[in-house]
Amino acid sequence: MNMPVLKTNLAASAPMESATVVSLPMAKPSYMTTRILPGLRAVSARVVPPVIMLALIFGVWQLLCMKPGATLPSPSRIWADAKDLIIDPFFITGPQDIGLGWRVLTSLQRVAIGFGLASVVGILVGAVIGQSIWAMRGLDPIFQVLRTVPPLAWLPISLAAFRDSNPSAIFVIFITSIWPIIINTAVGIRNIPQDYRNVAAVVQLNQVEFFWKIMIPSAAPYIFTGLRIGIGLSWLAIVAAEMLTGGVGIGFFIWDAWNSSRLSDIFVALAYIGTVGFMLDRIVAFVANLATRGAQAS
Amino acid sequence: MTYLKIDHVDKVFTRGSASTEVLKDINLTVEKGEYISIIGHSGCGKSTLLNIVAGLTNATQGGVLLEDREVNSPGPDRAVVFQNHSLLPWLTVYDNVRLGVDKVFAKTKTRAERDEWVLYNLNLVQMTHAKDKRPSEVSGGMKQRVGIARALAMEPKVLLLDEPFGALDALTRAHLQDSVMALHQKLGNTIMMITHDVDEAVLLSDRIVMMTNGPSAKIGEVLDVPLPRPRKRLELASNTTYLKCRQRVLEFLYERQRFVEAA
Ligand SMILES: Nc1ncnc2c1ncn2[C@@H]1O[C@H](COP(=O)(O)OP(=O)(O)OP(=O)(O)O)[C@@H](O)[C@H]1O
Ligand SMILES: [Mg+2]
Repeated sequence: MNMPVLKTNLAASAPMESATVVSLPMAKPSYMTTRILPGLRAVSARVVPPVIMLALIFGVWQLLCMKPGATLPSPSRIWADAKDLIIDPFFITGPQDIGLGWRVLTSLQRVAIGFGLASVVGILVGAVIGQSIWAMRGLDPIFQVLRTVPPLAWLPISLAAFRDSNPSAIFVIFITSIWPIIINTAVGIRNIPQDYRNVAAVVQLNQVEFFWKIMIPSAAPYIFTGLRIGIGLSWLAIVAAEMLTGGVGIGFFIWDAWNSSRLSDIFVALAYIGTVGFMLDRIVAFVANLATRGAQAS
Repeated sequence: MTYLKIDHVDKVFTRGSASTEVLKDINLTVEKGEYISIIGHSGCGKSTLLNIVAGLTNATQGGVLLEDREVNSPGPDRAVVFQNHSLLPWLTVYDNVRLGVDKVFAKTKTRAERDEWVLYNLNLVQMTHAKDKRPSEVSGGMKQRVGIARALAMEPKVLLLDEPFGALDALTRAHLQDSVMALHQKLGNTIMMITHDVDEAVLLSDRIVMMTNGPSAKIGEVLDVPLPRPRKRLELASNTTYLKCRQRVLEFLYERQRFVEAA
């Protein structure tokens, strides 16, 4: 029984051995092949497709808008018209002639005030509502309706109330972004496990301690979801509000460019708005990640 | 003199028009330093009874007296070790214990003394090495140890344990049982523990309270465990008193109060 098995083993291993002798030195791994190449490959796998797609889009756009009768400017036209806006965000040549970076910063300042207020008020109101079943039942349908009102619809009311453009714009941001913050905070508070409430009760935490030590950390993932939706809505609202209220912001810049037929400038402004909105979203997501790292129950 | 007295406690849960009577006329007195176990089939109302003593649930009738004073709200004098550890996941092991210590000793201990007291209690349960870890980074047995340290650190008059070893494997469980026995020996706490493990009840308790099946669970029988302390798990395995007590509880649970499936 043993003999044939041994024989086939020997027969099979002999040619294999000679093959490995040749291939081993070639496959010897180096730092280059184990670390750097896969790293580069991972980076390029994420970077190359968007770059190709972007190039394609610009190409098609260029083709479509190159004809003499085209209503919109082509990328090359935009570059020629608005080169100063694109390459230098922070120039100042006159009171109304400043770089888009400055305008974006002015808008961001308004967003910071409006969204900051909305965050504080939204979390507090959400916490109170989440603690009371009755308030939740009563207010939730109202909030769900108010949530869907578009930002600009608040503007006339806000202008009538404040009689000034800057506070009106801030109020529009506030009122647009507060609903998701309230609703998500309330849901987060509702979902605090009874266990945590029992711990707080045995330790006899008072209301303020309970808020800071149990409610906020426990509901943090929900609260940050609300904040993330809120910051997106704020940025939507600021552009719309500034188009109507005037001033220095990026929204007014678009309106102004439209009125003086500087279409190329509008495209550049759109790119700025999109990029900043994207960065705002990422910043909140990053902070959320930092803040809720330990909060997952095990 | 009675230390803790559960006096004619009834508990009825009402939801809408439906109401279920979970506990019916529970009477029990506990002496200072005594170790009491409550044993009964799942769903009979053990946790409910413990929560009433803890003040987390209110009795429908009757009440609980601690040192002749009625207690009906939760407090650190009746610290609870919960069935599923209930550590706050965003705090470190140290901070979980510190939370209670800061509240209970806010006026009587300085900052440095509180820090020392937290470390002392973590040391009692041999968890000092993991004090800066989060609950998700330590094992189930370690979490339960921290839960015990958190409760002990509040210097409770009565320590309430709700199936503290229920979710642990047999080896870890035995190890923790020995720890709790040693702590009881050392600190002399009054302890009320829920369990459905007969060996655990006999090994640890001075008295075993056996509950009948719900609904309307009552105390069926109270058994004294006259075994001297300190007790050694291995020596007891052949001890006649131990075996007799064990037999008695088993008979109660599996003959007189057989578990009714899907009641
Ligand atoms: N908040 C509540 N509302 C309604 N019924 C409840 C409530 N809490 C508990 N009960 C009921 O009371 C009974 C006893 O529950 P309890 O949790 O005290 O049981 P237990 O003895 O601790 O069980 P286990 O050993 O499984 O933990 C159960 O039938 C349960 O359905
Ligand atoms: Mg229970």
